[in-house]
Amino acid sequence: MSDITKQSLTELVENIKNKKLSSTDVTKAFIERSEKSKELNAYITEDFTSALDKAKRFDQKPNLDLKMPGIPMAVKDLFCTKDVKTTAGSKILNNFVPTYESTVTENIWKEGAILLGKLNCDEFAMGSSNETSFFGNVQNPIDKDLVPGGSSGGSASAVAGQLTPITIGTDTGGSIRQPASFTGTVGLKPTYGSCSRYGIVAFASSLDQAGPMAQNVKDCALLYEIISTYDSKDSTSIDFKRNQYSKELTNNIKGKKIGIPKEYRVDGMPKEIEDLWQKGIQYIKDCGAETIDISLPHTSYALPTYYIVAPAEASSNLARYDGVKYGFRAKGENLIDMYEKTRSEGFGTEVQRRIMIGTYVLSSGYYDAYYLKAQKVRKLIKNDFDEAYKKVDAILTPSTPSSAFKIGEKTDDPVSMYLNDIFTVPVNLAGLPGISIPAGHDSKGYPLGLQVIGKAFDEQNILNIAFAMEEKINFKNKITDWWIK
Amino acid sequence: MSIDLKTIKHISKLSRISVDEKRAKKLAGDLNSIFDFIEKLNELKTDNVEPLTSVAETTLKLRSDEVKSKNIREQIVKNSPQDNEDYFVVPKVIE
Repeated sequence: MSDITKQSLTELVENIKNKKLSSTDVTKAFIERSEKSKELNAYITEDFTSALDKAKRFDQKPNLDLKMPGIPMAVKDLFCTKDVKTTAGSKILNNFVPTYESTVTENIWKEGAILLGKLNCDEFAMGSSNETSFFGNVQNPIDKDLVPGGSSGGSASAVAGQLTPITIGTDTGGSIRQPASFTGTVGLKPTYGSCSRYGIVAFASSLDQAGPMAQNVKDCALLYEIISTYDSKDSTSIDFKRNQYSKELTNNIKGKKIGIPKEYRVDGMPKEIEDLWQKGIQYIKDCGAETIDISLPHTSYALPTYYIVAPAEASSNLARYDGVKYGFRAKGENLIDMYEKTRSEGFGTEVQRRIMIGTYVLSSGYYDAYYLKAQKVRKLIKNDFDEAYKKVDAILTPSTPSSAFKIGEKTDDPVSMYLNDIFTVPVNLAGLPGISIPAGHDSKGYPLGLQVIGKAFDEQNILNIAFAMEEKINFKNKITDWWIK
Repeated sequence: MSIDLKTIKHISKLSRISVDEKRAKKLAGDLNSIFDFIEKLNELKTDNVEPLTSVAETTLKLRSDEVKSKNIREQIVKNSPQDNEDYFVVPKVIE
């Protein structure tokens, strides 16, 4: 079967369960394609030999009752994997080999999946183009020299390029949904507290969430139901009733009320995005749901708020990288000198910039003016959503203000890079779930995504809406394999 | 508002990241453009708004204070740049 890597996760699971394919067949196919796809630079660490061993062992005694029986899968290099190097895309963790496993990946392996390797990402997940990685930028399978988005750029590239049937990313301000939108894939950022943060390299703890990135909504629902568990090892993990999301998935969204927030019509937004949004509204209506104009008045304050809250939390989280307990250490004349050189040489430019912003807004004399102010505005942003959800069941917006851009196009201007996350950041600030689905192409043929935002813990509802829309949109990703010689 | 080189030096010291003159100038420029963008928040009156510290509207769960991981000394020092008999080694602190 030469087309193994073209199959969706759901198809592969079925074929393994029906014994039409073995885990070894599937694992070999993805390894071979990954080997031919080095130019994408999607992997930081390959674990192919071990993956093949595990696949062979699985086939000797297959447990076909599992949800991902013998399915190979690569994950973002922000998840700690026991005995497999975990770098977070940073020089400072270049030699870090965790002695424990993250809860999210543990849940996945328990359902029979096999680790293929660790995928490239922006350093400490700080970036929107995967250009801040110590291990180099990632190519978008859509076109040469196009960014795949970020920070889960390697994950998005690997799913779109069929190097892995499915993957997981993390999303602090849009890091799953923006790259999904840039690569024509589906990405879900779950409700804060839904997936355990245990064993995920921390960026901004009040915003970070792990989530699936997939070729379609059904695959996304299946992986989400595996990774969403209550975990006592994460103090903000929430014990709520979780569904069998893939089994309960339905395209019947008749009578649902979908809000269209006028504030997402931002200045300078390309007409293509507006047109896509209008098409989305039509799809919603075609599915028998109703759209309602709503207002989220504080939307334009979300990005400035985010750029205080996220760097503040990051500056505190990243204080642990001191060259003492693990990771890179530079030589210094004394202890303080060692700290300062280690952090100066070990962190990249963007990470240093954000640590500095965070340190400044938390420093004596500035805390009230910046950090406290941002927390108050964050409350107003959350109130906007609470108010809107009195009238609607979900909200539809574009995922990003543009399609993917060229490598190097925005690296000199941090603020223009930050503006990429304008539609995704409010969702993180309010702790809500959001899903990006591919919905069309721009004039260059690059994919564009639409975002469905839900109420907290209402993942089933947004998955259903995305599922219904997906059927109407009938999106086909244009992957030419340009990188395979 | 403007972040000058003196402030950059101060933040650099607080964050334990050494920065040379050239980098400091670049950082001052970057941070000023970012803070210009952040200043937008001052348009809003927030005197009577409660700060949002966590989106999870639950109180932290209590658990009994039990040791769950035992005998993991080796694991703890496994990734250290330098160790000696289960201790982390750092440059000399006391003369």
